[in-house]
Amino acid sequence: MSLFEIKHVKKTFNDLEVLHDISVSVDKGEVVGIIGPSGSGKSTLLRCATMLETMDSGELSYLGEKAAWNDESGRAVYASKQDLRRIKSHYGLVFQSFNLFPHYSVMKNLCDAPICVQGRERGEVEQEALALLKKMGLEGKEDAYPQQLSGGQQQRVAIARALNMNPDILFFDEPTSALDPELTGEILKVIRQLADEDMTMVIVTHEMAFARDVADRVIFMDGGYIVEEGLPEDVISNPKEERTRQFLSRFSENG
Amino acid sequence: MQSITMFDVISQIASGFGTTLLIFFATLIFSMPLGILMALGRMSKSTILSSVIKAIISILRGTPLMLQLIVVFYGPYYLFGVKLPTGWRIGATLIGFSINYAAYFAEIFRAGIQSIPVGQTEAASVLGYTKGQTFSKIIFPQMVKRVIPPVTNEVITLVKDTSLAFVLAVQEMFTYAKQVSASMSSLMPLFVAGVFYYVFNLLVSFIMNRLEKRLSYYD
Repeated sequence: MSLFEIKHVKKTFNDLEVLHDISVSVDKGEVVGIIGPSGSGKSTLLRCATMLETMDSGELSYLGEKAAWNDESGRAVYASKQDLRRIKSHYGLVFQSFNLFPHYSVMKNLCDAPICVQGRERGEVEQEALALLKKMGLEGKEDAYPQQLSGGQQQRVAIARALNMNPDILFFDEPTSALDPELTGEILKVIRQLADEDMTMVIVTHEMAFARDVADRVIFMDGGYIVEEGLPEDVISNPKEERTRQFLSRFSENG
Repeated sequence: MQSITMFDVISQIASGFGTTLLIFFATLIFSMPLGILMALGRMSKSTILSSVIKAIISILRGTPLMLQLIVVFYGPYYLFGVKLPTGWRIGATLIGFSINYAAYFAEIFRAGIQSIPVGQTEAASVLGYTKGQTFSKIIFPQMVKRVIPPVTNEVITLVKDTSLAFVLAVQEMFTYAKQVSASMSSLMPLFVAGVFYYVFNLLVSFIMNRLEKRLSYYD
């Protein structure tokens, strides 16, 4: 059984079909990198997976629990609010623009949802939060507000916030795209560390070298289709498809 | 022979100050929550609800408050033939002020809510917050901070607008000032009332400034 599975997703924005019948499944402990040019649908796929967008049609499930399926007319229907709330606790999402809550301290950013949404005990949640902050190299920052931190620190807080919900799978939507190249490294280091701990992750990224290093599998998307999928050394180093070669050549030219 | 002293003038005018304060605080207490509800209705996905609220706001902002006060006061009689006791004056005043100010606050709150980046709602959604929790814990506190400057403007205007209650012969400060001024054939009582309004507004500005500073803890 796959930990995460999305099947035959179709998504249209104003007559423009951005996802054409995409299917992806991820097993426990797997790290999947999704690469592709802007507008290829990779972010939309992630947003459908995390239910920030509703699919026009398709199936979505976490740990075998169905979040959405097609009705007889072939349109996606979603599970009840209560079921969705429970299913949401299986995954976390790290945004490109962090989206930390600016009026909450770092500690409250990490602890509020576990306490108020998951109903976990404050003491235990806070202890886990402190351990996570330490792991992220953010010791002593628990009382700071997001605005007082650098972009790289904010993104590490965002990762810690997602992890403090104890998700089974973590999605990253271009986690380093809003950061200075100098700060990119610290985020990649954190993600690599999570991969070493067998965290299940799906990472949309433009960092090809990173995708090759850290991913167990790479998906190349273009124009709303999965063009190529496979081991990173195959897809990134020896792409079969012409379109993949074209896309990757721009990265090698730029160094 | 001058029988009215300055002290008499001030104490006469001050005797209406309680009613002025009542109109001021009651309007704030009723219009702010009503404004939030109207803002939410205005942003509702239901086009019927949002267009109805939009039309109401447009009328309340587009016609004089004085006219609205008169309509609220006489409406029950002319429309339904209901005779209400004299005490209805203050009731009509508070209702008129509250719905009028709610319309202004609704637009301020709507702009404030819409200025919060959509990423905040998305982050809350992924973390499993309900819509109600997202509004009360994430959106509302950030909105409050952003709307303090325009709300301060409205509150200052409200202090001065309370004087419009004189049109329903409510015994508030301005009504007294006008009476005393007429009986003395002097502008002095009006200046005294002006000083009352001005000092009141200095206090309002001071308090709103303090509030703004307190809410800037996360800048």
